[in-house]
Amino acid sequence: MSGFIINRRRFLTLAGAAASTVTLSGCDALDGFLSSQSPVRDVLASANSLTYRVQRMLIDADALAPEFSASEVRQGQRPNGSTDPTDADYLGLKEKQFADYRLTIGGLVEKPLSFSLDELRNMPARTQITRHDCVEGWSCIAKWTGVPLATILDEAGVKPQARFVVFHCYDSMDLGLSGAVRYYESIDLIDARHPQTILAYGCNDEALRVANGAPLRVRIERQLGYKMAKYIKGIELASTLAPYGSGKGGFWEDLGYEWYAGI
Amino acid sequence: MTIIDDIESRLTHHGGKGKVIYRHRIATRITHWTWAIALFFLLLSGLQIFNAHPELYIGKQSGFEFDNSVLSMRAMQAADGKIDGYTTIFGQSYRTTGIFGMSGPADNPSYRGFPAWATLPSYQDLATGRVIHFFFAWFFVAAFLVWFVASLISGHISRDILPSRADIRGLPKSLSDHLRFRFHHDGRYNVLQKIAYAGVLLVVFPLIILTGITMSPGMNAAWPWLLDVFGGRQTARTIHFVCMALLVAFFLIHIFMVVAAGPLNEMRSIITGWYRTDPEKEEEHTA
Repeated sequence: MSGFIINRRRFLTLAGAAASTVTLSGCDALDGFLSSQSPVRDVLASANSLTYRVQRMLIDADALAPEFSASEVRQGQRPNGSTDPTDADYLGLKEKQFADYRLTIGGLVEKPLSFSLDELRNMPARTQITRHDCVEGWSCIAKWTGVPLATILDEAGVKPQARFVVFHCYDSMDLGLSGAVRYYESIDLIDARHPQTILAYGCNDEALRVANGAPLRVRIERQLGYKMAKYIKGIELASTLAPYGSGKGGFWEDLGYEWYAGI
Repeated sequence: MTIIDDIESRLTHHGGKGKVIYRHRIATRITHWTWAIALFFLLLSGLQIFNAHPELYIGKQSGFEFDNSVLSMRAMQAADGKIDGYTTIFGQSYRTTGIFGMSGPADNPSYRGFPAWATLPSYQDLATGRVIHFFFAWFFVAAFLVWFVASLISGHISRDILPSRADIRGLPKSLSDHLRFRFHHDGRYNVLQKIAYAGVLLVVFPLIILTGITMSPGMNAAWPWLLDVFGGRQTARTIHFVCMALLVAFFLIHIFMVVAAGPLNEMRSIITGWYRTDPEKEEEHTA
């Protein structure tokens, strides 16, 4: 049996090698490099802008996210994040079934405007059955009805220096020590003018529920759920994202999530 | 002639020394180590991402009001009030406290899919997990494209990776040799190695890349056919996870075989390219 080369010593060497890989993956050794202040993390995060540029190159500006048949709506839209805002101004609106709600659009536009819910409902609508992908990993298919954001942008007239659409929201997220922070989000004008980007007031053939962002939320079907701001108070056209929050372009972005969430 | 040779000759199981051959080209060695480093970070950050929603499904969406779950790792409370980690596979639940579903110190356990030692960062941080994952994913994909094109042109794939007809005929013998730990080192891959490498390089690598792309809502708009190929985004996520498990299994066998076949000779060949063959095999070739 000269071919037998696994003797006990060799087996112990192997066990030792296996054990050393386990110790290697004691991951807290690397935690310091990955904290939000670490320059290493910034280098790693720079790959996100490569992802953004490559996806913008590969994906047609008007390429549609997949739409599904009515039989694929098999459950209610799964709520996440804020599901019942307690901010005073929001509670006041909710009490009157959002009769006093007005969506404002301002910033770098030719004429700042505001719309009531009825005015929005009377504009040409788009209905789409799409899949909502949460950054956590789950997906949920629902039917959404609303006004294309492009319609609103055209009515207000976007100034040439505008590069981003910023959504300001009614809901606050509690950040512990730093207190409550209002949710906000932002997208580029490519996604803002995309045919499936709608300001939704309806979900699964009902008025949008509070848990899903009543009275108005945005659908950005080629990005993840956290981009799709709920409880929208106003829309602002901007040339830079620096003035808002910590300047990263959104509530979750300020906490380390990538601004472009098409991945 | 060198210290490594000296140590090697003491460790080696056979008496004489075989010829040293140039076994791994520079492209193979660079892509090997790029993959090794990238996969280390992809695995640990991937488990971090999985932990954000430690459940897998079959289909287009995740069933919250219906059941299409195939795997979950969650902490649950038993009837007696005791909280434990459970892994549920196809509806069968197993208590996995300490590793899956619930882990960490007994007096202060954390409720998480994979334990802290298996994730990057060790604490729950989905945002950073994604940053790490997508950074190394670019290197992994780039190395794969370089390797695939270079190996196709150089003939590495057809010559060294894909099993030949003669290889397949020799499969039973190779299997029985391996089961008896009888290995041959003539510098060429045997049929089992070829099957393993072809499976990893030509099946699992493309699958894990494509299922990863299928999870991107942006890419779904550009290449919606990927969703049809894999049966929906949640199925793609499940396949991505299964590919990960296959790669971990491959890694363990790979390391075992490297150690069994002579770690110094193997390490030298994947770092410098030079590999010492078996002396008896040498004689056969020259005879």
